[in-house]
Amino acid sequence: MLRYILSRLGQSLILLLIVSFIGFIVLALAPGGPLSQFALSPGMTQEQIDKIAAQMGLDRPVVVQYFDWFRHMLTGDWGTSYRDGQPVLRVIGSHLFATLLLMGTAITISVTLGSAIGIASALRQGSFFDHTAMVAAMVALSIPTFWFGLIAIYVFSLNLRWLPAGNMYTVGDGSVLDYARHLVMPALVLALVDVAVWSRYMRTSTLNVINQDFVRTARAKGLTRRRVLFKHIVGNSLVPMVTLAGLQLPLVLGGALVTETVFTWPGMGRLFLDSLGYSDYPVVMGLLMASALLVLIGNLAADLVVAFLDPRIRLD
Amino acid sequence: MTANTVIAQSGKPLIRSRAVRRFFSNRLALVGLLMVLTLTVACFIGPHLLAFDELYIDLRARFAPPGTGGHIFGTDPLGRDIAARLFHAGQISMAVGFAVMVIATTVGSVVGVVSGYYGGKVAAVLMRIVDAFLSFPSVFLLLALAAFIQPGPVMIAVIISATSWMEVARIVEAEVKSLRNQDFIMAAHMLGLSGRWIMFRELLPNALGPIIVAATLTVARAILLEAYISFLGYGIQPPLPSWGNMLNGAQQYLASAPWLAIVPGVAITIAVTGFNLIGDGLRDAFDTRSKG
Repeated sequence: MLRYILSRLGQSLILLLIVSFIGFIVLALAPGGPLSQFALSPGMTQEQIDKIAAQMGLDRPVVVQYFDWFRHMLTGDWGTSYRDGQPVLRVIGSHLFATLLLMGTAITISVTLGSAIGIASALRQGSFFDHTAMVAAMVALSIPTFWFGLIAIYVFSLNLRWLPAGNMYTVGDGSVLDYARHLVMPALVLALVDVAVWSRYMRTSTLNVINQDFVRTARAKGLTRRRVLFKHIVGNSLVPMVTLAGLQLPLVLGGALVTETVFTWPGMGRLFLDSLGYSDYPVVMGLLMASALLVLIGNLAADLVVAFLDPRIRLD
Repeated sequence: MTANTVIAQSGKPLIRSRAVRRFFSNRLALVGLLMVLTLTVACFIGPHLLAFDELYIDLRARFAPPGTGGHIFGTDPLGRDIAARLFHAGQISMAVGFAVMVIATTVGSVVGVVSGYYGGKVAAVLMRIVDAFLSFPSVFLLLALAAFIQPGPVMIAVIISATSWMEVARIVEAEVKSLRNQDFIMAAHMLGLSGRWIMFRELLPNALGPIIVAATLTVARAILLEAYISFLGYGIQPPLPSWGNMLNGAQQYLASAPWLAIVPGVAITIAVTGFNLIGDGLRDAFDTRSKG
């Protein structure tokens, strides 16, 4: 098991290196670049621009800049924001909680609701419920998240006036209930796509398990339906879903970005868009890294959990 | 024995005709096909039937609700006819979707067939790059790219492709790896055919089913991604309409003019659902293991 953990850890580190390199190159090769804002200001000579570039270390070859950046990143120095001079890591850190709260709630909703729908569909394969649920899942998969958010605001905030249309808390309130009221809509909107994906895969996974010999054996030895369902079917069909939960992370994170924009949720997604608008490259790069890091950690955790649950995998 | 008989022996044409039959007996897939066809016809014929041009600004008719003054879907904050813009936007959004399908499928297939065929170090490097691209939330990477390019439809299609080729690469690699040791490839080797010939004339055609499925789903995904970044203001720029940028700014008029948000969103949902249903139907049709 230890060997498996170490080798997966090594793979993740190599991946992190490639990921950060791609991100760095994308931002470095972009026309415009961090100096373009100076080029626009009148009275700025090329000489002055070159001087700023030299000060910021931007006159060196991209690869040199990259390794310099990577070395600093490993020691926790992710650079300073062009916008307000704060360390990038602190800027991201102050937006991390909001995003994790939103994503965590959305993932919890999609796992529970999606599993329930998927299992129920599989147990009644071909029934009216199964067909309806799978068509609904297909439509839910196809709805743009941000648009669903707009419609939700229109219905529940503007017309029914049940829930606030945006922000994470009311200034001057900030109780748990207040947070919850603000969280409900964005979390459900973000969860929609994931519930759909989850229920489709859960259905397939459950169908695979139902037709296996050990389930027939369990039935044949006279166990109750409920016992077979919860002890043999649900547990086993959840194993491949752990991997899926890891693979779904980029989707949820990307969805969080647009959801945060629609609901003015003060998380990493909003920060990303703001930073793009200000050409705040260190923060943009930091956020690309932070999101990739989150995905890599999620996938690593998922693989380790699966290896823990299913001894066949770690023996490979 | 020529290469053509080698291909014929793999027996694909028979399967393909069966696949076509299975596809057309799948009700949901047909619904999807109908949705896409209807939308396509509407987008290309619609503009000729409407009284308004998509760029015609009538400030006296701002925010006209649907059905008033001859505007079937109402007008936008500049008094432009939403129906005319919607159909025109549809042409652009779907064109972007198809362009992405072509670019992403081509890139993905080449990467997949090369790493599947050569294996070893080549595959290790290529597939790690695939993994790395998959580790970014595509919306983040897409916005980072979009912020720095000239946002015309062509460049938008290129950058969406840059975040959409990995799935195809993975599918093709897995498929090619499983085909590589089959008899007909051994035979091709013994005939002395070049690696390029084997990859693109023997292996790739035999992986066509999964590629077509992935390509169809890519169209759906590309239409969605275009909508995302255009909604956020980094995609296709006005006055050129796209389904995404029609929604940009719709939020501030949500209370007074909800149709601004509702109409384009419904169009996106129909298009994406349609392509997804077709893709799912094709998957079932090509999948010889599943019954039905």
